[in-house]
Amino acid sequence: MSKLLGVDVGSTTVKVCVIDEAGKILYTNYVRHYSRVKECVLSELEKVREFGETFRISVTGSAGLGLAQRGRMDFIQEVQAAFCAIRRFYPDADVAVELGGEDAKIIFVTGGTEQRMNGSCAGGTGAFIDQMATLLNLSAEEMDRLSLEAERVYPIASRCGVFAKSDIQPLLNQGAKKSDIAASIFRAVVDQTVSGLAQGRRIKGKVLFLGGPLYFLKGLRKAFKETLGLDDEHAVFPENAPCFMAIGAAMSATACREETLDAIMERIRAAEDSGNITVGKPLFVSRKEYEAFVERHKRSDLQFEDINKYRGDAYLGIDSGSTTTKLMLITPDNKILYSHYQSNNGQPLEIVTAQLKEIYALAGERIVIRGACVTGYGEEMMKAALKLDFGVVETMAHFKAALYFNPDVDFIIDIGGQDIKCFKVKNKAIDSIMLNEACSSGCGSFIQTFAKAMNREIDEFSRLGLFAENPVELGSRCTVFMNSSVKQAQKEGASIEDISAGLSASIVKNAIYKVIRARSPEELGQHIVVQGGTFLNDAVLRSFELETGKSVVRPAIAGLMGAFGAALYAKENTAEETLISAMIDAAELKNFAYSSHSAVCKGCTSHCSINILTFSDGRRFVSGNKCERGAGLKPAEHPLDLYAFKYEQLLSLPSGLPGKRGKVGLPLQLAMYEQLPLWTEFFELCGFEVVLSERSSRDLYFLGQHTVASDTACYPAKLMHGHIESLLNRGVDFIFYPCESYNLDEYDSVNHFNCPVVAYYAELLKANNERLNDRNFIMPYLDLNREASAVKALVRALAPYKLSACTVRRALRAGLRRMEEFHGRIVEEGRRVLEEAERQDKHVVVLAGRPYHADPEINHGINKLLTSLGLAVLSEDAVFEEGNYVKVNVLNQWTYHARLYRAAEFCTRRKRADLVQLVSFGCGIDAITTDEVRHILESKGKLYTQIKIDEINNLGVAKIRLRSMLAAIEEQERRNER
Amino acid sequence: MSRKCEKTKPTVDFSDDYPVFTPAMKREYLILVPDMLPWHFDLLTEVIREEGYMIEVLHNEGRQVIDEGLKHVHNDTCYPALCVIGQYLDALKSGKYDVNKTAVLITQTGGGCRASNYLSLIRKALKAEFPQVPVLSLNFAGLEKGNGLQLTAGVLLRFAYAIFYGDLIMSCFNQTKPYERRAGDSDAARERCVCALRNALHGRTFKKFKRNVKMILDTFAAVPVLDEKKVKVGIVGEIYVKYSPLGNSHLEEFLLSENCEPVVPALMDFILYCVVNNLNDVKLYGGRNAATPLFRIAYHWLYRKQKKLNRITLAHGRYAPMHDFEHLRKCADAVIHQGVKMGEGWLIPAEMAALAETGAENIVCAQPFGCLPNHIAGKGAVRVLKEKYERMNIVPVDYDPSATKVNQENRIKLMLATARENFKQENE
Repeated sequence: MSKLLGVDVGSTTVKVCVIDEAGKILYTNYVRHYSRVKECVLSELEKVREFGETFRISVTGSAGLGLAQRGRMDFIQEVQAAFCAIRRFYPDADVAVELGGEDAKIIFVTGGTEQRMNGSCAGGTGAFIDQMATLLNLSAEEMDRLSLEAERVYPIASRCGVFAKSDIQPLLNQGAKKSDIAASIFRAVVDQTVSGLAQGRRIKGKVLFLGGPLYFLKGLRKAFKETLGLDDEHAVFPENAPCFMAIGAAMSATACREETLDAIMERIRAAEDSGNITVGKPLFVSRKEYEAFVERHKRSDLQFEDINKYRGDAYLGIDSGSTTTKLMLITPDNKILYSHYQSNNGQPLEIVTAQLKEIYALAGERIVIRGACVTGYGEEMMKAALKLDFGVVETMAHFKAALYFNPDVDFIIDIGGQDIKCFKVKNKAIDSIMLNEACSSGCGSFIQTFAKAMNREIDEFSRLGLFAENPVELGSRCTVFMNSSVKQAQKEGASIEDISAGLSASIVKNAIYKVIRARSPEELGQHIVVQGGTFLNDAVLRSFELETGKSVVRPAIAGLMGAFGAALYAKENTAEETLISAMIDAAELKNFAYSSHSAVCKGCTSHCSINILTFSDGRRFVSGNKCERGAGLKPAEHPLDLYAFKYEQLLSLPSGLPGKRGKVGLPLQLAMYEQLPLWTEFFELCGFEVVLSERSSRDLYFLGQHTVASDTACYPAKLMHGHIESLLNRGVDFIFYPCESYNLDEYDSVNHFNCPVVAYYAELLKANNERLNDRNFIMPYLDLNREASAVKALVRALAPYKLSACTVRRALRAGLRRMEEFHGRIVEEGRRVLEEAERQDKHVVVLAGRPYHADPEINHGINKLLTSLGLAVLSEDAVFEEGNYVKVNVLNQWTYHARLYRAAEFCTRRKRADLVQLVSFGCGIDAITTDEVRHILESKGKLYTQIKIDEINNLGVAKIRLRSMLAAIEEQERRNER
Repeated sequence: MSRKCEKTKPTVDFSDDYPVFTPAMKREYLILVPDMLPWHFDLLTEVIREEGYMIEVLHNEGRQVIDEGLKHVHNDTCYPALCVIGQYLDALKSGKYDVNKTAVLITQTGGGCRASNYLSLIRKALKAEFPQVPVLSLNFAGLEKGNGLQLTAGVLLRFAYAIFYGDLIMSCFNQTKPYERRAGDSDAARERCVCALRNALHGRTFKKFKRNVKMILDTFAAVPVLDEKKVKVGIVGEIYVKYSPLGNSHLEEFLLSENCEPVVPALMDFILYCVVNNLNDVKLYGGRNAATPLFRIAYHWLYRKQKKLNRITLAHGRYAPMHDFEHLRKCADAVIHQGVKMGEGWLIPAEMAALAETGAENIVCAQPFGCLPNHIAGKGAVRVLKEKYERMNIVPVDYDPSATKVNQENRIKLMLATARENFKQENE
């Protein structure tokens, strides 16, 4: 009798299983294939030879599909394979959760069989954990062990690897404990599975956990059990979990044809690589071309000066980046005395102090450091810890450095480990800045992670691409997508060389078409300087030149440009009378030590997670706080902040008085941010007590997470689910949230529509929350521009409460009046802020978004950040009526969005006012409006700044952007004065 | 009840100049059309040609089309815009057309989703490289007056017939192709139908509804077929990725290669959906206007024709008729409110329900990545549908320039695995 052979070829591993006819498992094995799929499968098959002459084989797995097709073997979809095995071994299981290399799956066995896989946006899970472990400089096992010692869990974005990374990086930089971060990462994976896959269905009953990561990682198991509230009896971790799919595949092979192992292997060996992949041009045609290229770039080098001999002044620049730390010491004539580049392994301060000790030792009495300046993510912390003289926003530092190498520079692009920055330069000042959105980031470190996954060093890996003959086209999207493109290319048999070259080209395309959004190379400018560690990679540099068709300048110190710029900044800004830097000296440094602990700030209701560094001399540095309170400072009495004003005003609207007809719950999210005054007044007049949902928070989001149906919707929408749960928990009689295709007509748009999500989210809420029904969730279709129809619809919707049309009409009118009054108050406060700002000579920022961006959980306290930078903050609804009507290129048909255009127009006519647009991730309509708002502002010589926000609670990027904007505005003003 | 009733401020113009399509250009300009509706454009373009325009449907595809799109459109814009714009730019750059004598055409529904902005996006994209190329709008919402095709009542009438015929050809083809004995017979039948109908649309015989419908049915019925049953898979979703092979990576062909019968709901349902939304608005919110009776007349006329089409199909006996629109509305009412009218809105769950009732409970819900109306009407409605129809087996698939085909196909295969299992149980 033939044995049954199951082979599961996943994105990272190969699993093989042999069972006999009776279904007894004879053999299982699990190995990583490092992208050498065919070779790995063959060598694994060799190992099963002892089990007999002939086999019936069935293949499964994401990478198994192509192999099965080309090797003419039977294929079974992996979830289906799992299903077979579950029914055989665990017939009483209710749900199975399977995490693989890059897929996550849930199989609901009982109560309506259903099988789900992660969508194309949700990043891989096993690969995600690996990536995070790399970031923490740990192995997955070490991370797992650490996670069990965790004391607290930080919120980490769970949607995709890139997002999580930008949450983790600042935590690392702030000195949070690795054990806590490790546990947070596992929690994020669980959250992703629950929200991304369960989508409105609860994971309950007996749950089976399958796949490699869940088998090997105890911390992850623990996180699942805790989040889902399962006891040992209901959480089952099978012994053969990693090979479960292979077992299922073997079981399904009963009907397959019998053949010898050699025949199978022969076919696999002969399987052709399909020609399905798109191939680009090689980077270099010949060695000679490469040598000429290297020669050309050698020209942009700096000169060195021997630190052991030099005598005189020096200036220090530190670039404390997100993943690396860079230092440079220069002479007054810009020669390098000392430089250093190191991955900061999450401990940047240790590295800098060690380097400083080194510098002091080398410098002796001969060299006097007159000024020191720091830039980058860790700027504030370093500045405080080491008492540095200056801090400069990294965009300025990079600009200064580029200017040194090419005084005519009109375009700078910097690709670092974590981010891409581009500046256009006009008249020797930064004209516009483009930073990558959280979505397409992870550029440099992406190659690194990938090299690691392929078991190669990064240098070696990228050099492989230089002479690749057929570089693969991998697209230009975010790294998660690239991951699956790579997966596909591998499946099609592309070589490591081709993939390496393809990755380099992808990074470049990502930068040009995603971040800069250039339409043609001419747009970039004539004199381009490229920098950042990633450009030290010749393959990336070459790809950039090929894509743009231009020869560019890459300084030999491309990776140190931030530090060099900071040093230049220190040199330029050190006053003549300052003879020595205030930086801690050699003696102090010897005794320098610090300790860190994390805490929750109790200054206000935001409850920021803060981190406190205590230095050996008793000074303290607080990070993670959004306002001055966290740092122990008192905020201004009357901050010029319309966002805070509006939010407080809204919360104080309901009187809280009991009503004779019962309690109505209003979820304060989406459209309710605009219409709360209306509905509060309406229901209170109709005799109801108005109950507001809880304030938005991360926890509230988790509360409703299991009912989120579409995980790519915007964060405000997804938060709505939590608000609904919170109201249900508060015991209201019913929740009211109307559907409105049309917003109020403000006579400045064609159709005064709401966006589809705002208009109909009630439908989705009701369809996906089993606790909601017709009685406790009332969602009439209303058009508030038409009283008669609105009254009729409300009377009908509230029929159980027997309200007369007359009462409803009166209450509705009063409500609309109240909303008008409320709006009037906002406008009035806006005027006050404007006047006050003028009096105090403050710059004004119109933070323009939607009404619901007033929610602190959604804007993440950007308003507070702005006021702490010394700015006055206005909202779009406070000023748009001051703006003229506009004619734009696009169809202007949404009420909220029309306000943006007018607010922008208003800014173009005011001297000390600028607009910052807040955009929620996933907002499809803002893809249209952002370009238009930019056009309005730039056509009148104003800067455009956009901040994308999501569930990520990290203001690092926003802060850089805002500070760069301020620096650019200052430059501009200085120029205008001249 | 409105906020500000009078305009008190001047209007500042931030819009760019763009070339307008003047009536004089009609004779000289070639109008390019994107490959949106492979089943219908064969016939629709014929109607436009009959009016004296020169028109050509683009069929270019491949990576360079997507790359052009990526270069010229904001990356967060939906995939259809990217495909359409990519196709235009790729074609204009191909050297096949005299760019000084070429215009491009785009449809607009005028609804509350961003698709209504395709026109502006195309203009912006063309401005960078082909500023002389005018963009025409084809819409029934009164947008872009003086810059569209001149739609006379006669043209509209021909359009309507062309859509009915196109729908029927699509439906018959899909019901024949998986079962044909000799490969290529169905395609030949399709070709014959299109040819005959082209002639009919040029003359007056396009109005011979019964005759033409029977001709289509007979032509396909003459194809020799196998006697077997196959898994039926419905395709619903956003209108572009639902029909366009460029948008959905040749979904219909993929399903055929997987030994399934694709069931694609009629385009006329979408037209009726657009028309009836105007009537629904009046019913929900009031505000009857001069156009309301026209919409009502149009609706009833179209619906009567659709019923007739289905009646003839049923009487013919060989093919399953397409959905009845009033029935679709009833299906919708059980799942979602008909007030959800942006994008494809309530039509998506309605079609899913109707498909489930007619034995195609396996469904691919195709949408561009991040499609706003689809959050609500697509993915959002799945749970309710599953409660109503036990066998419902839906896979939402996101289409996106970088979502790989493998990824999409793997998901569809998962759905098919369940479908086959159900199919087996049913036939045992």
